[in-house]
Amino acid sequence: MRLRVRFTKRGKVCYTGHRDVARIWERAIRRVGLPVVYTEGFSPRPKVSFGLALPTGYESDGEYLDISVHPGVSGVAGVFDGVGPTTGTQLEPAGLMTLLDEALPVGMDVQAIELNDDRGQSLQQAITTCSWRFEIRGFDVADATEAVAKLLSAHELPSTRIHKGKERSDDLRPAVRGLEVLGGGNDGAVMVADLAAKPRLVRPSELVPILAPGLEMAGAVRIHQWIETDGARREPVPFDATPAPHTELCAL
Amino acid sequence: MTLRSATDASPTDSLWSRIEPLLMRVQKPARYIGCELGSATPEHSAGKISWFIAYPDTYEVGLPNQGIQILCEILNEREDAVAERGYVPWTDMTAQMRSNRVPLFSLETHRAAASFDIIAFNLAAELVYTNVLEAVDLAGVPVRNEDRDETHPIVMAGGHAAYNPEPLADYVDVFVMGDGEEVVGDITMALRGWKAIGKPQYSREDVLRDLSKIQGVYVPSMYEVTYDGVDIIAVDPCHADVPEMVLKRTVADLGEWPYPKQQLVPLTEVVHDRLNVEVFRGCTRGCRFCQAGMITRPVRERPVDQVRTMIQDGLMRTGYDEVSLTSLSTADFSGIDQVVGDTVADPLNCGQVSISLPSLRVDAFTVGLAAQVSNARRSGLTFAPEAGTWRMRQVINKLIGDDDLFDAVESAYSQGWQRMKLYFLTGLPSEMDDDTTAIADLAKRCVEIGEQYTQKASVTLSLGGFVPKAHTPFQWFGQNDQSELSRKIELVRGAIGRNRRVQLKWHDSRASLIEGLASRGDRRIGRVIERVWRAGGVFQEWGEHFNLQLWTEAMEAEGLSLDWYVTRHRHQDEVLPWEHIHAGLHKDFLWQDWQDSIVGHGLEDCRWTPCYDCGACTEYGVEHIVASPVPPAGGSQGTGQDLTIGTSVPVMLSGRPASTGARA
Repeated sequence: MRLRVRFTKRGKVCYTGHRDVARIWERAIRRVGLPVVYTEGFSPRPKVSFGLALPTGYESDGEYLDISVHPGVSGVAGVFDGVGPTTGTQLEPAGLMTLLDEALPVGMDVQAIELNDDRGQSLQQAITTCSWRFEIRGFDVADATEAVAKLLSAHELPSTRIHKGKERSDDLRPAVRGLEVLGGGNDGAVMVADLAAKPRLVRPSELVPILAPGLEMAGAVRIHQWIETDGARREPVPFDATPAPHTELCAL
Repeated sequence: MTLRSATDASPTDSLWSRIEPLLMRVQKPARYIGCELGSATPEHSAGKISWFIAYPDTYEVGLPNQGIQILCEILNEREDAVAERGYVPWTDMTAQMRSNRVPLFSLETHRAAASFDIIAFNLAAELVYTNVLEAVDLAGVPVRNEDRDETHPIVMAGGHAAYNPEPLADYVDVFVMGDGEEVVGDITMALRGWKAIGKPQYSREDVLRDLSKIQGVYVPSMYEVTYDGVDIIAVDPCHADVPEMVLKRTVADLGEWPYPKQQLVPLTEVVHDRLNVEVFRGCTRGCRFCQAGMITRPVRERPVDQVRTMIQDGLMRTGYDEVSLTSLSTADFSGIDQVVGDTVADPLNCGQVSISLPSLRVDAFTVGLAAQVSNARRSGLTFAPEAGTWRMRQVINKLIGDDDLFDAVESAYSQGWQRMKLYFLTGLPSEMDDDTTAIADLAKRCVEIGEQYTQKASVTLSLGGFVPKAHTPFQWFGQNDQSELSRKIELVRGAIGRNRRVQLKWHDSRASLIEGLASRGDRRIGRVIERVWRAGGVFQEWGEHFNLQLWTEAMEAEGLSLDWYVTRHRHQDEVLPWEHIHAGLHKDFLWQDWQDSIVGHGLEDCRWTPCYDCGACTEYGVEHIVASPVPPAGGSQGTGQDLTIGTSVPVMLSGRPASTGARA
């Protein structure tokens, strides 16, 4: 069985890296006592798999993680068998959400858990697009609107970056699925972008030198991750608890 | 609008909104966020004495430090105190902070270090001294004691290296000697009056003088050093009510201090990233080169029940899958078999918890223990014979026979290990070239033993240049100069020859030279440290930052001789710079032990043999607390010791229940 967990990464905790987040989850899983499947070999680790890495310093309203758990004897999914307070009790997503939430640091909140049969694509394979909200420090809203229009009308957006010590060039234009200015923020212009995650994850920071040469990104949030099939898109685990998501963040 | 979440709504004193914009420009920003599991949420108030407790190195190195965690917890449990932690930002971050005028900050509430009443440093080693100045300066506090006034925090330091406080005497207002658990409370109470009465009426000097009367506290400005030419002839208190001799603090019973109760779990990777449980403090094996073993006497074991509780609770609370049983020689813990057995067998641990035993003893018993704690992974095992020949090991009082080592190594290879790591020192007193090359011979012999069991047998030799330390029998010994240490390292390298199964790693002899300077330096070295810091010499304990030239230039500028400080043998009547600091050991005892050393006389471990009055117990009214009156299997100090009189030792059996409640 597999638990697909949707969680946030907001506030100070956003400065931890992808590997840090993996370690934080491993410890949280042990603290809760989840009947997790361990990997084989010399140093067994809980069998978990993460979605697309979130760049360090970016916040997120929707991160995902798959946890392989043992199907249990006394319940739908299993029983807790670890060291935590839940040992011997039945595993059930609603209660589990609260427990995991308490075992995670401030800013990492569990939003939803789905139990499935461990088949289908991994998160890394499935996610095709991500939506981002980001701010460019010192960028005037009118200038931003103009720069966005110019960027969208371009046929090609050549970009170079350093990857594993080597300079790589590619065209960003096909990856920009949508881009618009939301308005003014604390430090500059706030915009949202839909950027492709395939063949590689394009980050909003890569658009900054094109939109506003010389300026710096003030903050960025991954607001959605999308799985696209036959023109329709959906989130790996929908989260509808807030009717108008992100309003608490986007007090424009 | 703001993009950052409301979770960071911070008190007005927080510098977070000014720190955060810098984080995207630096490496590893997670080391500046705090947020560790178990970290306190301190509430500052006018009536509380506030402590900023800092480790003078990076977050990754400093966070696991148990001393800082223990003291922060103890202080935060008090109603009259509040404590937060700080570390030295990496050079990219300090550059950002200086150009954006962001001062050194705490990690719990991101408050300015200078807004605390006390900035206290843990001095675990000597090469961090320039980082202390860097941190004080980054806090916006004058680096020299004489330039601080009533508006500035009191700068304090403690830890092992503080036992020779003199190199930092002009930069640190107050030093604390020995265990900190009790003395931080005494200091807090002494400062309450100062804070209540108000700073103008109660001068900084008054407060320092009050502090100087607390046992364990040393206020260098209350002492005057008299020189005759280059020689020190006296260190005297400036006032009649300031003690002539500063006595250390010793916690009599570790069982009364089950700290840390909330070991911090960082959100990012640090060194020693695991649960730590201190099983005992102090060591009486009497290795003559070992400062820690001399200054932390006597042995105080934690009750076995309490160790077990701390392991169980700690694992459950933190989610760690590894626990380290810490001490200066964990295989000597009376309850080691029991604790290891119980932890391995505990069904709650699901077989997923591993135990690490730092500082292994060289014997087969220890290998047995190691086999018990590592069910699957048998990558490497570490032993520290320290010297190549039996004669040399008698000189340093590390009484391990060659056969003890070979037995241990054979036992390890036969049980599935493939790699051994062996630690050695070179440049020891009376060391001849035969002693040095014997290190390589031992390593090669160990490989031969291993090859009987595995084709992959290999040995890593780690070779350090010996640096004599204050308050040890070798404090009078002239350290080998840099070229001599380098020559000896080459000698070992040559003796290994083409044996590919032996891999040699060695410490930079230039760094050993400067460590020697700072270890036995006096007040005049302070200006050298300041010059090196002003020239940009921070993080000197990091190979990539260490710069010998800065030190030699600073010594020259101050008209001081490296040889005089480092390689010169001291004579018996010489007044040592730390003469007025008492680490527990009588000077006569240390001198006698030094003389015994030269003629190769070993000295037994006093835990299981009658007292030889080194001073650590008798002077302080404390005793060893050992749960078992007989030494553990494998014996005490290897060989050559009559253990039949073991039961006649004045040992105290620790049969108390584990203390669980918070202290008043």
